[in-house]
Amino acid sequence: MTDLAQRAETRVKLFNRICFGVLIAFALLWLVPLAWALDTALKPNAETTRTTWAISDPTLDAFSRVLRDTDLLTWFGSSLFISTLTAAGTVLVASLAAYALSRMRFRYRTAVFWVVLAGIMIPGQVLIVPWFREFDALGLLNTWWAVSLPQIPTAIAVFIFKQFFDGLPRELEEVARMDGAGYLRIYRKIIMPLARPAVAAVAIFTFVTSWNDLLWPLLVLSNPDIMTVPVGLATVQGAFGIRYADTMASAILGAIPLVAVFLLFQRHIVEGIAGSGLKG
Amino acid sequence: MTTETVVRPRPATEDGPPPEQRPGTGLPALGFLAPFLVLYLAFIIGPTIYGLVMSFFDTSLVKPGLSGFAGFGNYTEALQSSDFWSSLWHTVWFTVLTTPPLIVLAFVFALLADRAKRGRWFFRLAFFAPYILPSAVVALIWIFIYTPGLGLIETGLLKIGLTSPNWLGDPNWAMPSLALTTIWWTLGFNFVLYLAGLQEIPRDLYEASAMDGASPWQQIRKITIPMLARTTTLVAVLQVIASLKVFDQMYIMTAGGPNFATRSILQYVYDEGFTNFRVGYAAAVSMLFFLVVLMVSAVWFAIVRRQEKGV
Repeated sequence: MTDLAQRAETRVKLFNRICFGVLIAFALLWLVPLAWALDTALKPNAETTRTTWAISDPTLDAFSRVLRDTDLLTWFGSSLFISTLTAAGTVLVASLAAYALSRMRFRYRTAVFWVVLAGIMIPGQVLIVPWFREFDALGLLNTWWAVSLPQIPTAIAVFIFKQFFDGLPRELEEVARMDGAGYLRIYRKIIMPLARPAVAAVAIFTFVTSWNDLLWPLLVLSNPDIMTVPVGLATVQGAFGIRYADTMASAILGAIPLVAVFLLFQRHIVEGIAGSGLKG
Repeated sequence: MTTETVVRPRPATEDGPPPEQRPGTGLPALGFLAPFLVLYLAFIIGPTIYGLVMSFFDTSLVKPGLSGFAGFGNYTEALQSSDFWSSLWHTVWFTVLTTPPLIVLAFVFALLADRAKRGRWFFRLAFFAPYILPSAVVALIWIFIYTPGLGLIETGLLKIGLTSPNWLGDPNWAMPSLALTTIWWTLGFNFVLYLAGLQEIPRDLYEASAMDGASPWQQIRKITIPMLARTTTLVAVLQVIASLKVFDQMYIMTAGGPNFATRSILQYVYDEGFTNFRVGYAAAVSMLFFLVVLMVSAVWFAIVRRQEKGV
């Protein structure tokens, strides 16, 4: 190896080391707000006005106070139900439609595909006014249905499933068909088990998006008994006043379910986003 | 879709699948499509048309029916309203403040993380975890960080001898403060898209250029950035659209204030429709906003077309 090449190599190594240092610094900086929230939540309320990381007497009191004084547990249940229903509904209707678009030939197939594709362009946020009147007319305001139903027909989910199905080999289906299996059986026994990565990506992403949605649930849920976590937190956010430990405890409690989802499904979430580039 | 969904017999060689379906009706296809299409018509296509129709009427939230026909009245009113333009401007200003940092920082962090041999999971956790938090949680934490007198940023700056403005309370600083919060919150999404893009660049390109004596910096400029052009276009357009749709942060952190300085276009729709009950007018504003989003998508489409031709 020449002297020049060696020098270049040390330079690259040095460069990589600097890169690593810079990245660590930023990553730690990124964790500061969450660490600060946790730190504050562990203090007694009286201590939170002194801006210091030190805690004289760490306590979980703020958490128990929040759980006792707010409807947070009810909101958890509400969010869990709505997000599960939305995610399951989206996976079911979108995969069924995508299977037809991917495997069946029928008249107007291209037209149907384009109509569905056009839906990607329509942001739900521009539909809040007609939705409100629609659900008012249906008498479904202040119900879980009002929050969940409009989120289920997601065009991008059909698109993701169709792309995935298009890439699956057809041999298995042909064998099954020769054995006399119908479409529904093939969909249930062959296609869906093979499509697990797509199911996971769509389900998790729909779940998180639905859990975090604020604008539409805020409009239709005014009854504290069925509010979702974001709506509930947004509604009570001023109520704690200067009890900052309680405020931060409520923020952390509100974050826990999704942090758990994230830690469990980190790879699926990241791959799902990378593979499809979907965004709420 | 009607009962006319009939299978057309096709030769097996034509595009796509062989004729897997037995001859007969297209009923199975209709059955598979129906659940999605019914919901799609009821909650996406239907409301889009209903919203468009409503935008031409003086519809009120508290009265049944569409009420009187207004023609383009709602649209001309919006286009002449200073509240409409200022909320649109706030939305655009927010987009301008958030989009460049969210692209550049995400790119730089992904680039650095891609070179790191260890600890990828940690970087993913640090940058991506905030993204999955509900806006309300993010808002609660950042309101506290910005609190005058005892906030973390103010105290930190004071230690190095700098004074802070009233972050959320000063009309000039409220929007940059919301932008900073948003950058912290949503950077992880773009970071992940860039990481995926980086992994698709063939490693031998770097090896070959290193043999030729290219420095890391030259590699980034001549290989990485051009190879990531498509990812950057995607990240940019998704970011612009996401930023234009901003609502949550303002609603919770500043309630559109101080003195309406941070009211976004969606909050304007919210206020007009659900506080002033003027849903016809709010529908017209929604449509104008929809038009802006469509124009962004159209520009993206044009750029992607050009990129594909160029390759």
